[in-house]
Amino acid sequence: MSSSVSITLTQCSRTFAGGNTALQPLDLHVNAGETLVLLGPSGCGKTTTLRIISGLESPDKGGQVLFGERDVTALPIEKRDVGMVFQNYALFPNMSVADNIAYGLKIQRLPKAEIAHRLDEVTRMVDLQGFGGRRIDALSGGQKQRVALARAIAVRPKVLLFDEPLAALDAKLRDRLRIEIGQLLRELGTTAVYVTHDQDEAMALGDRIAVMQSGRIAQLGTPQEIYHRPANAFVADFIGAVNCLEVIGTRADGGLIVPGGELVATHLQGVSSVYCRPEDIQIVPLSQADIKGKVVQSIFLGQTQRLLVDTGGASPLQIEAPSRQRWPNGTGIGLTLTPRVLFHPDKPTVTGNAKEQAYG
Amino acid sequence: MTAASKQPSGAASYFRRQSASVGPARRKRLIALLALMPALVIFCAFWLLPFSRLIVMGAEADRSSGISAYLTILTHRQYLISLVTTVGISLVVSITAVAIAGVAGFFLARHRFFGKAALVAILTFPLAFPGVVVGFLVIMLGGRQGALAQTSLWLFGERWMFAYSLAGLFIGYLYFSIPRVITTVMAACDNLDKSLEEAARSLGANTWQVTKDVIVPGIAPALLSTGAICFATSMGAFGTAFTLGTRLSILPLNIYGEFTNYANFAMAAALSVVLGVITWMALSLARRLAGGNLGASV
Ligand SMILES: Nc1ncnc2c1ncn2[C@@H]1O[C@H](COP(=O)(O)OP(=O)(O)OP(=O)(O)O)[C@@H](O)[C@H]1O
Ligand SMILES: [Mg+2]
Repeated sequence: MSSSVSITLTQCSRTFAGGNTALQPLDLHVNAGETLVLLGPSGCGKTTTLRIISGLESPDKGGQVLFGERDVTALPIEKRDVGMVFQNYALFPNMSVADNIAYGLKIQRLPKAEIAHRLDEVTRMVDLQGFGGRRIDALSGGQKQRVALARAIAVRPKVLLFDEPLAALDAKLRDRLRIEIGQLLRELGTTAVYVTHDQDEAMALGDRIAVMQSGRIAQLGTPQEIYHRPANAFVADFIGAVNCLEVIGTRADGGLIVPGGELVATHLQGVSSVYCRPEDIQIVPLSQADIKGKVVQSIFLGQTQRLLVDTGGASPLQIEAPSRQRWPNGTGIGLTLTPRVLFHPDKPTVTGNAKEQAYG
Repeated sequence: MTAASKQPSGAASYFRRQSASVGPARRKRLIALLALMPALVIFCAFWLLPFSRLIVMGAEADRSSGISAYLTILTHRQYLISLVTTVGISLVVSITAVAIAGVAGFFLARHRFFGKAALVAILTFPLAFPGVVVGFLVIMLGGRQGALAQTSLWLFGERWMFAYSLAGLFIGYLYFSIPRVITTVMAACDNLDKSLEEAARSLGANTWQVTKDVIVPGIAPALLSTGAICFATSMGAFGTAFTLGTRLSILPLNIYGEFTNYANFAMAAALSVVLGVITWMALSLARRLAGGNLGASV
């Protein structure tokens, strides 16, 4: 709908009064039309980054914010042409649904007919037909967030910014709205930055994800890259579950000796530990097993079950197993791992190239 | 039933028989009535009795006109002017106070600067003064020997004064109204949801539009209720007016005059009732407009 624009942050740091550094000098490029998700634990600087992009917050001296070629560092938010969606909806309580959605259009002094047309268009997009006259406090949380979304996209902003828009909703509704927002963003083609601490949301919505850790970007990449090739232990641990196997020794033929058995991983020489995801470990008969252990706990998850297997290492391995099979505690279990699924943040994967980026 | 079951056994059986015959609902009502009794007695003795006496007294014949004192207020210029003056000055004071202190309160709530706590303390200090002292302060500023008179005497050779007129009263009332508004508005601004302003700004609203569409509607209940309180206080303020001079024609001074100077009890009573009713109406109107949170913001 609108011609999208890229966003470039250069050396943007933010130190609050009292010397609290929320953001280390940060470089970030968001391609035009792309949805970038900022993901990370509480207090890592996601909101601060988003507010610097929006113009609600200024970077420390030396930082620069570009929209396309244009330097907007000195522009306040009202001149930046951004749409924002907040966690608490931030709807104007003294206005009806329609007045809320049309607020930005009235500010732009669009002709009445154009306002009516756009109002109609966006209410249809967010599926809120017939709600125009409602009071805000007569809406459910999900409906409120749709109004907020409609209000932000009605002005056809160059950039859409979301700060945990679904965090206040229950899980079912969150899933549904997440899908709707995803469709909407693809339909609009607007450049979007989406803050969340929910990894499922990040995976589903992000063209790329920036995982943040204490004011830095720990890794920037596609959801697949982030999941399968985490840049460090922090990212690996934050995105999904991860197993860490200590390497006790190395065989002459290159096999890695780990608690409970040994592994073949020629691409991981000289490391002190190797990592793998629970779903990449296969259960095999004990006779064919690379690693052997005992089931210490099984957690039923519905579709699957999570087994905790003690192999004699520091912490039990997490393994995903079909949910119908029963694994009483103490049962011996055989496991196998293909080299492909083993990784270490400092080493290239079997299929991948050497790491292109130096991660913080 | 829990009340009965906690009694010693003998009493318990007595109560049970009682409740069986009277019925639990009626018994509850009886207990509630008994519990309310002291409050009711106090209410009747100290509020209902004197107040109904006041209302009845106001209907008696006025000494000078010979007709009901209520009618006298409405038909005699002197009282009408006093009524209009009192309502007028209270209204103007409330509106001015809300306008000035509303802006100041918003500024104070939103900005941090060195010495802010001290400034807020100084601004709210007049709340600690009784009306007499406020009147005294106005005289020191605009009275015969006041700062303004001294300055104008030195500059232009004449004494400028305002203390003994309605202007003096206005300044005095403003003096004790502003702190109330400032504290209320500061509290209301602290409770405003900041993301509303940010949302409005992201949609392109400038400072003026944000103020008009978000901030003022957000603190409107507080402005209304604090304005009503200012109005009520100004309507009944006696100390300040008395200090500034008994020649001012406003209701509280009229009541005092009729009562002590002329022993015209009917008129004093009628004026009191009128004053009370107007003030009460203003307060309840504001309470309704503000959505019933008047009590919380006082
Ligand atoms: N106005 C402020 N003044 C001082 N410190 C602040 C301010 N805003 C944020 N911070 C600090 O900056 C750091 C980053 O905050 P930020 O709000 O960006 O975190 P976040 O990643 O959005 O966290 P969350 O997931 O909890 O929202 C935090 O340590 C926070 O305490
Ligand atoms: Mg945040």
